[in-house]
Amino acid sequence: MTLAQLFRPTHTALMPYFTLGYPDYATSLDIIEACARAGADAMELGIPFSDPLADGPTIQHSTHVALEQGMTVARCLQGVRDLRARGVTIPFILMSYLNPLLAYGLPDFVAHAAAAGANGLIIPDLPPDEGEELRTLCQEHGLDLVFLLAPNSPPARIQQVARASSGFIYLVSVTGVTGARDTLPPHLPAFVQRVRAATQKPLAVGFGIATPQQAAAVGQLADGVIVGSALIKAVTAAPDPVAAAQAFVADLRRALFRK
Amino acid sequence: MPTTTLPPLTARFGPFGGQYTPEILIPALQELEEAYAQAREDPAFQTELATLLRDYVGRPTPITYAARLSAHFGGARIYLKREDLAHSGAHKINNALGQALLAKRMGKRRIIAETGAGQHGVATATVSALLGLECVIYMGAVDMARQAPNVQRMRLLGADVRAVTSGTRTLKDAINEAIRDWVTHVEDTYYLLGSALGPHPYPSMVRDFQSVIGREARMQMFEAIGRLPDTIIACVGGGSNAIGIFHAFVDDPDVALVGVEAGGLGIESGRHAARFGDPRLGRPGVLHGCYTYVLQDEDGQIMNTHSISAGLDYAAVGPEHAQLRALGRAEYTYATDDQALAAFQLLARMEGILPALESAHAVAEAIRRAPQLPQDHVLLVNLSGRGDKDLDSVLQALAQKETRP
Repeated sequence: MTLAQLFRPTHTALMPYFTLGYPDYATSLDIIEACARAGADAMELGIPFSDPLADGPTIQHSTHVALEQGMTVARCLQGVRDLRARGVTIPFILMSYLNPLLAYGLPDFVAHAAAAGANGLIIPDLPPDEGEELRTLCQEHGLDLVFLLAPNSPPARIQQVARASSGFIYLVSVTGVTGARDTLPPHLPAFVQRVRAATQKPLAVGFGIATPQQAAAVGQLADGVIVGSALIKAVTAAPDPVAAAQAFVADLRRALFRK
Repeated sequence: MPTTTLPPLTARFGPFGGQYTPEILIPALQELEEAYAQAREDPAFQTELATLLRDYVGRPTPITYAARLSAHFGGARIYLKREDLAHSGAHKINNALGQALLAKRMGKRRIIAETGAGQHGVATATVSALLGLECVIYMGAVDMARQAPNVQRMRLLGADVRAVTSGTRTLKDAINEAIRDWVTHVEDTYYLLGSALGPHPYPSMVRDFQSVIGREARMQMFEAIGRLPDTIIACVGGGSNAIGIFHAFVDDPDVALVGVEAGGLGIESGRHAARFGDPRLGRPGVLHGCYTYVLQDEDGQIMNTHSISAGLDYAAVGPEHAQLRALGRAEYTYATDDQALAAFQLLARMEGILPALESAHAVAEAIRRAPQLPQDHVLLVNLSGRGDKDLDSVLQALAQKETRP
């Protein structure tokens, strides 16, 4: 299944984020598989980085633990291969800061990620202005390179990012870092509408979405809902992290079906 | 201020530099670039800055001929550019003042900044008090412990100093936290970055504000010796004092430019901050918004750095330095903790000057070179800051040295 097939008018895509290697390699794969089983339409798989400057404390902690567990870029790609070998077929979007990919080598990384079974890439510190080389590589290997928009993106910027983004456009719901928040930002509907007016591409909203109610509300506006920190929190607090992930994602899925 | 031709406000220095930031910051960086491009061409802005540099900062800072130190080695003559005499004790105020005036011009009321040694934090707190701006300083918890006097100074100046306990709890983590604050409060907040690094336009803008050091030094050397110095030496953390003194001499091919990184416990120990000095760990990459030399492991994770000097304890270097090195226009070397400490002591006893431990790295390189050079060779050392803030670190290190076998 490709990212293009993910978004359908009658169905809001649920796209949880999880950090590869948290709390350890094997458990992270079990959790991702459980999320798929519980109804995730795609997964964003985080490649840990020592300096995740767009992330709040929850994801920072998870990537720190993953690195302490010895996660590397190569091991993340092995994770993708392992998940495919287990029969997990939903699209995988790898999320990484740029430097680990530069160290791996961009051409190698894109080739190996595609071969491992990844479908797309999100690089939070790579705006499209700096992303030409990676965009070309991704096109050659059939990977979608997803760019982000923020509530403060001016109209010309919305046009530029919408043109560059492939698969979907990632709308950052708030000006801020990743992390669960109590309420949705009031300006979100207007933000989504501004981007809709500029592009036909699917729109997924992330940052700050924590509860089924919030997910359902975002599902009314967008084509996809991204939940990261809240999933990691649910897993971290639980005696059985895999069961907790499955229950958490199942709740979100049910909330989105009520659309 | 003489309206010298300003270098172009380029986003790249050869392959280095760029704007690798979250999308949220792109509009803010574009706004900043436009505002700064206007301000730097605006005589009113430049006059206001020049007046404050003179009347508040105390510029021009003098150059001092280090007569006893020079005689001690019997080789090259050593001159010191005395940024330690600038108000608040270091060159950092040049940039902090320039950017704070810009923030005010842009209508931003809240200033945030990171600090390592605390000098940039003190400078930012100082100019925020001067201009009546709210000021939040992010500082690694480790740095807060080793630069306690500067923490007290910032608080007395009215700044809200926030301890950063993530990651290595040093400068890079303080920058991460400042960026996180910025993406959260981007509408009303001005990020006053303290060195010539980060995303465009910071490297160019900080260089412009610091280049007053080199412009003054150039004239002062003509006055003192009737010609340009042969070699200019400056320490390089992010590299703002170095780029500030280098820039006026970049087009003088006979003036050698030497940057000194923190060699920490030695390159082979892996515990240092020598981005250029360690070919194994120092490779081009992206940290904090720009493409430059970064200390990283083979998987691209940013390395923990070590230096006795908090201000040099950083994993990346300003992109313009990467390009000056690539072009062969400047050379980069390093001094270890021990060498910096010895230079600190020697300068104190020979010249009655306590240098900042950062600046002591540059002094160490001058000490290494001077004996082998003829007496008509003139070394100009950028003494970027004063050492009062480092007394605890120095006394502790000296005590440890005494107990070492």
